[in-house]
Amino acid sequence: MRPPIRDIAVVAFGQTDHRRTTDEQSEVEMLMPVLHQVLDATGLRTSDIGFTCSGSSDYLAGRAFSFTMALDGVGAWPPISESHVEMDGAWALYEAWTKLLTGEADTALVYAYGKSSPGSVRDVLTRQLDPYYVAPLWPDSVALAALQARALIDAGDTDEPALAGVAARSRRSAESNPHAQLRGGDVPHGDYIVHPLRTGDCPPIGDGAAAVILAAGDRARELCERPAWIRGVDHRIEAHSLGVRDLTDSPSARLAAENAGAFERPVDTAELHAPFTSQEVVLRKALRLGDDVRVNPSGGALAANPVMAAGLIRIGEAAARIHRGESRRALAHATSGPCLQQNLVAVLEDSAQETR
Amino acid sequence: MHKEPVAVVGIGQTKHVAARRDVSLAGLVREAAQRALHDAELTWGDIDAVVIGKAPDFFEGVMMPELYLADALGAVGKPMLRVHTAGSVGGSTALVATNLIAGRVHGTVLTLAFEKQSESNAMWGLSLPIPFQQPLLAGAGGFFAPHVRAYMRRTGAPDGVGSLVAYKDRRNALKNPYAHLHEHDITLEKVQASPMLWDPIRYSETCPSSDGACAMILTDRAGAARSPKPPAWLLGGAMRSEPTLFAGKDFVSPQAGKDCAADVYRQAGITDPRRQIDAVEMYVPFSWYEPMWLENLGFADEGEGWKLTESGVTELDGDLPVNMSGGVLSTNPIGASGMIRFAEAALQVRGQAGEHQVDGARRVLGHAYGGGSQFFSMWLVGAEPPTR
Repeated sequence: MRPPIRDIAVVAFGQTDHRRTTDEQSEVEMLMPVLHQVLDATGLRTSDIGFTCSGSSDYLAGRAFSFTMALDGVGAWPPISESHVEMDGAWALYEAWTKLLTGEADTALVYAYGKSSPGSVRDVLTRQLDPYYVAPLWPDSVALAALQARALIDAGDTDEPALAGVAARSRRSAESNPHAQLRGGDVPHGDYIVHPLRTGDCPPIGDGAAAVILAAGDRARELCERPAWIRGVDHRIEAHSLGVRDLTDSPSARLAAENAGAFERPVDTAELHAPFTSQEVVLRKALRLGDDVRVNPSGGALAANPVMAAGLIRIGEAAARIHRGESRRALAHATSGPCLQQNLVAVLEDSAQETR
Repeated sequence: MHKEPVAVVGIGQTKHVAARRDVSLAGLVREAAQRALHDAELTWGDIDAVVIGKAPDFFEGVMMPELYLADALGAVGKPMLRVHTAGSVGGSTALVATNLIAGRVHGTVLTLAFEKQSESNAMWGLSLPIPFQQPLLAGAGGFFAPHVRAYMRRTGAPDGVGSLVAYKDRRNALKNPYAHLHEHDITLEKVQASPMLWDPIRYSETCPSSDGACAMILTDRAGAARSPKPPAWLLGGAMRSEPTLFAGKDFVSPQAGKDCAADVYRQAGITDPRRQIDAVEMYVPFSWYEPMWLENLGFADEGEGWKLTESGVTELDGDLPVNMSGGVLSTNPIGASGMIRFAEAALQVRGQAGEHQVDGARRVLGHAYGGGSQFFSMWLVGAEPPTR
């Protein structure tokens, strides 16, 4: 990947309170306040936005073309330039970033949402697997993550107390995050769900939405006091079959980080989309994060994991820390697929490249 | 700041059929991708990124199938994006891929769209209503028939125009070896005598359900210079969306379609589409949408589109050929249908459309739409590189 040809920044971020169930709300109702939040923060209206992109999944909504209803909530009139990825919103942000790089737009609205509560998300995610040979066996997301955790423990990369430590630290960090679903307190590591993963090693199941506004160059400076400049974004995918992958490593995350420029200078903050404690172990190694890096100050996906929005939230949380002056250079990570199959890394900084 | 010019240097598609029982989903997409690579005389190693699109995941019953298809598309170790914008997705997918090159993120990108409708049941895939929504409108035809009626009433178009379109497109399909329907004994009388499904739409005026995939290799200026065959150059591309339902919506000629075309023409320097564009591959799943889109896209004044069709202008040997490939009426692997339109436009300006080649096609429009006539994506490709 070549260095970006234009300075683009995250200028606003909003998210819902993430909750176990939102029976009384439709996706659109869940999303609307978040959209207004980022528009209000920048003073932009829908008609001012150059490009709009969203991320979601029909399988969570339980109906085809579910994103069309969410679009109605955006208020796409007069008609807007708009697209959608059937992926986590982090990839919608990537598409919007590339659109801004072409110079065809100077601002972009990115949003993502997911309600896991209406169904069994563990069962739903099995439908992502090879439809002929694996999906018919219904191996659920926790069972697959447990395979990965077992491989890590067998390799000597971690042990159960260390995993418990990741869980405890995440929940403590979430104490200062008003949107988190699980916050602070004395974290019981819980019973085994699938050995060696206990309740505390697994993410909460919940509903939520998030939105981000991107802007290029001077437009970003007008809209935000301290824009979070995107120094690089890259994403990579690995083979689907777990049998051909080394589950203790994440070569795709490492390659994405390298292409995003993450290794050029140390980061002070990392927001990792690691729904399972064991996945933080894999990512810390692949992303070369030392103990001096503040990992998941928001509490991460172990405190709130609205599927399809959780990755975008990592970018938003990292950007928000830069907006608040709490970070100068942050790494944000998103994942998709079983056992970290696909990974995206974005590097955000408090100053623009200003090289052109 | 100038965008990198984008060129199409490889095109591949499967023979579209009702059911490809001989291949898996992975086998189907790989077939199209390999044909595109072969056409470009490139290998998997030349591809920097993959952008894939398809219509709802429920159509095959696989959630986010790009995860499972990564291996089959040579994407391991590469970026892979999955686009989903309803029926317009095939076009949108190609446009997302062009942005990767135009924004100088990557040099050469494989983009692919597919649908393997035989894996599941598209009717049921669209029949998962949520509370407080209108019940299923008996398939897409049920949704679109009233808007065709509105068009006929508004313009005074005679009843037979739809049949002319279907007769033309099915004959064009006979010249396209990849088209699904090859009705060798087709006659206008047979179209007119086919059963009425959703008045005024007859059985022979509707699209089939197909299995199929379409792939393109897109590249930058340097990649195009190395291309052994003539590239097709992107002169303009745009997407527009509007809400599904609202009081001011014009279902006959949606504003989003007009705006999308205007954006493409502005980028390409087109001021008179009827004169400056040589041919059009448009998304016509029900025959009457040809005259409707001719107006929406600015090829005819309001109320005049049906006259172009009726006078033979849109025939393969007419002054403005429309759907040279046989169109969606002859081939409809839903998620791929938009990309097939874009790819056919590129084939034409590369002079590689075989028996359905339009002589002297230098600038051709590819068009896709989806949802309740609310999502639009279009591109204009040319035989010469962009000058603007």
